[in-house]
Amino acid sequence: MLSRTAENLFWLARYVERAEYLARTIDATLRVTALPAAYIGKTNEWDSALLTAGVGAAFYDHYEEANERNVVEYLSFSSENPSSIKNCIESARLNSRSVRTALTSEMWDTINSSWIELQAVWNKGPANREELAKFLRFVQETSLRFDGSAYRTMLRNDAYWFSRLGVHLERADNTARILDVKYHMLLPEEEHVGGPLDYYQWTSILRSVSATTAYHWVYRETLKPWLIADLLILNDTLPRSLASCYSNLVRNLDQIGVAYGRQGAAQRHARGIRNRLEHSHMDDIFQHGVHEFIQEFLADNSRLGEIVTKQYLI
Amino acid sequence: MAVAFDEMNGLGEDLRPAYQELSRWLKETPPDALEYRRQEAELLFRRIGITFAVYGDSEAQERLIPFDVIPRIMSATEWTLLEKGLKQRVLALNMFLKDIYHGRDILRANIIPEDLIFQNPVFRPEMNGQDVPHDIYVHIAGIDIIRTDPDNFIVLEDNARTPSGVSYMLENREIMMRLFPDLFSRHRVAPVERYPDELLSALRSVAPHSASAEPTVALMTPGVYNSAYYEHSFLADKLGIELVEGRDLIVKNDEVFMRTTEGLKRVDVIYRRVDDDFLDPLTFRPDSALGVPGLMSAYAAGNITLANAVGTGIADDKAIYSYMPDIVKFYLSEEPILKNVQTWRCREAQDLSYVLDNLADLVVKEVHGSGGYGMLIGPAATKATIEAFRDKLKREPEGFIAQPTLALSTCPTCTDKGLAPRHVDLRPFVLTGSSHTTIVPGGLTRVALKEGSLVVNSSQGGGTKDTWILSE
Repeated sequence: MLSRTAENLFWLARYVERAEYLARTIDATLRVTALPAAYIGKTNEWDSALLTAGVGAAFYDHYEEANERNVVEYLSFSSENPSSIKNCIESARLNSRSVRTALTSEMWDTINSSWIELQAVWNKGPANREELAKFLRFVQETSLRFDGSAYRTMLRNDAYWFSRLGVHLERADNTARILDVKYHMLLPEEEHVGGPLDYYQWTSILRSVSATTAYHWVYRETLKPWLIADLLILNDTLPRSLASCYSNLVRNLDQIGVAYGRQGAAQRHARGIRNRLEHSHMDDIFQHGVHEFIQEFLADNSRLGEIVTKQYLI
Repeated sequence: MAVAFDEMNGLGEDLRPAYQELSRWLKETPPDALEYRRQEAELLFRRIGITFAVYGDSEAQERLIPFDVIPRIMSATEWTLLEKGLKQRVLALNMFLKDIYHGRDILRANIIPEDLIFQNPVFRPEMNGQDVPHDIYVHIAGIDIIRTDPDNFIVLEDNARTPSGVSYMLENREIMMRLFPDLFSRHRVAPVERYPDELLSALRSVAPHSASAEPTVALMTPGVYNSAYYEHSFLADKLGIELVEGRDLIVKNDEVFMRTTEGLKRVDVIYRRVDDDFLDPLTFRPDSALGVPGLMSAYAAGNITLANAVGTGIADDKAIYSYMPDIVKFYLSEEPILKNVQTWRCREAQDLSYVLDNLADLVVKEVHGSGGYGMLIGPAATKATIEAFRDKLKREPEGFIAQPTLALSTCPTCTDKGLAPRHVDLRPFVLTGSSHTTIVPGGLTRVALKEGSLVVNSSQGGGTKDTWILSE
């Protein structure tokens, strides 16, 4: 297939995944900031929402204060923010238009009709909390429908695999970011890692990766930070964990390798990361420093994006 | 202006046979049911994303072409005649192009003045002496047909470069079949859905000799911001071929390749929807970012077929148009089946003076214009507009032709005040491959939605209709 088509499919999937993640982040932040101050401490949750979205610095070019109104606007509707939900959906649709021939009609329909629907919201902005909640839900549903229609209607060929690569690479990045920010904010002193937890903060993390119920099914325990870390980093059964993302990335890359009759740097690099995750234990990671581990992972993950681009997309 | 010939009712109240069933159906169908389906059709079009961009209109970057649900119907007999005329016309166009870029018999016979060819900006000297596979230049032609009476088909314009609109022919039919299954079951409408297959086989049949047995065909688009982008992606999808942009292609050793996830892959035939000017920055406009450097040298080496060929503009130029009846006679020794609209060439002194005297009654068109831009419709224009145009015409007479204001035939159309006649034209698509010429029965009927308007172009408020050719 055309390299440009593969590139568009890859980014299309990333944009949709990112839009959903942003919607979840805003949603989770709204919930935690609705709690009485005594439950959440002195941290500015909106600041940390910006950090998990990776737009902490750029935000202050446009706003003075990281409060609910400003951050919601910046993350959801701002045209200034290249990865706002609005811009993600716009880019996703533009990418879809460029690769319509590689999409099934169901996938196109999902993106196009969501885009049409969201025009109305963008034009006037949400009037109140209720409308905002509806909007955030709609974005999440769009992503679910997109994923579902890809899963149910696409041929299992390179077009599908490149779009899956986009999903999992973006998802791994998002999960890693939230871990990075939250660990840092909640447990600022290295010696306190694994120490007493702030229940509501941890719930909020789980919520932003939609794993609150999953946690309880897996561990049958009250919330413990090291178990949450274990779930999000090493547990292969949770679709948003780093381990699961990498099982999928390795598989998709292998499928591409088999179809094209040749492996390359992308396959090797992905397998390297997957092996490291497979052979890690939470104790070692804590020993080594969670922050450092996540930092390394983020760099490795974005490196994989570069290698995939070089090997296939240009 | 006299009452126009109506496709349904003729010149008076004599219901024409092809429309009998439709007329009955319209009487049975309550108006609000029609309105409801009309809205449904619009919703479908928007969801499918069948939009087009209007240049210079930032308000509405993607617009829908209004779709009218009342079909335009033609009998088998009418179609047979039209089909014959179209094949004759396109054959002559192809022979003319080969001649112009090779022996130039027609110039030596003094049928067409030389300067009209050599001074013409759409004439491509690069094509002189260049052979194209099977001598086919125009693989896809869109011939705009109008009628003023039941007996004649008149060509308004030949489109021999990159004619568009065929996606509407196909999508209009899909939507009509979805919305009006009952109406379909009462007619025997010839299907149009094989168009993509016919197009693909025509394109494959003209692959260069150096191509493999299974030639690779690609559709080249200027990109998502082009007004006809939807059509490009639609066709690529229906044909099952790659939709490429200039940046996806690369020329090496005079062969054309596309960049794929598995490395470079040779391309043999390019169905290009990019104008000549933008094809190759090394040969044509150096500022073109849409093209492929070196494409023309691969073309000259005979390693790639471009459809349509480079330089076909010389055949559909409005100045050449007036010579088409002579062109048909010259190459085929036959009488042209399709008529031409009477045309005054403003470059000729006698014609110019007639045109200047009768501006208020004539339609004056720019020789190189298209899309309904830059033309004067005398009877609809104000005095001031006419005078301004007169100056333009005097300054540069060779840039214009003039034609009588024709009462294009009308067809019943949904309007705010119920069904009313609106002027229509028809663009059938003629495909020419190595062994034969095919015309899928139908085409794109364009309709001027404004009362009395004669301009059917989508950029000027025109809409479309499904076109039904009834089987015997």
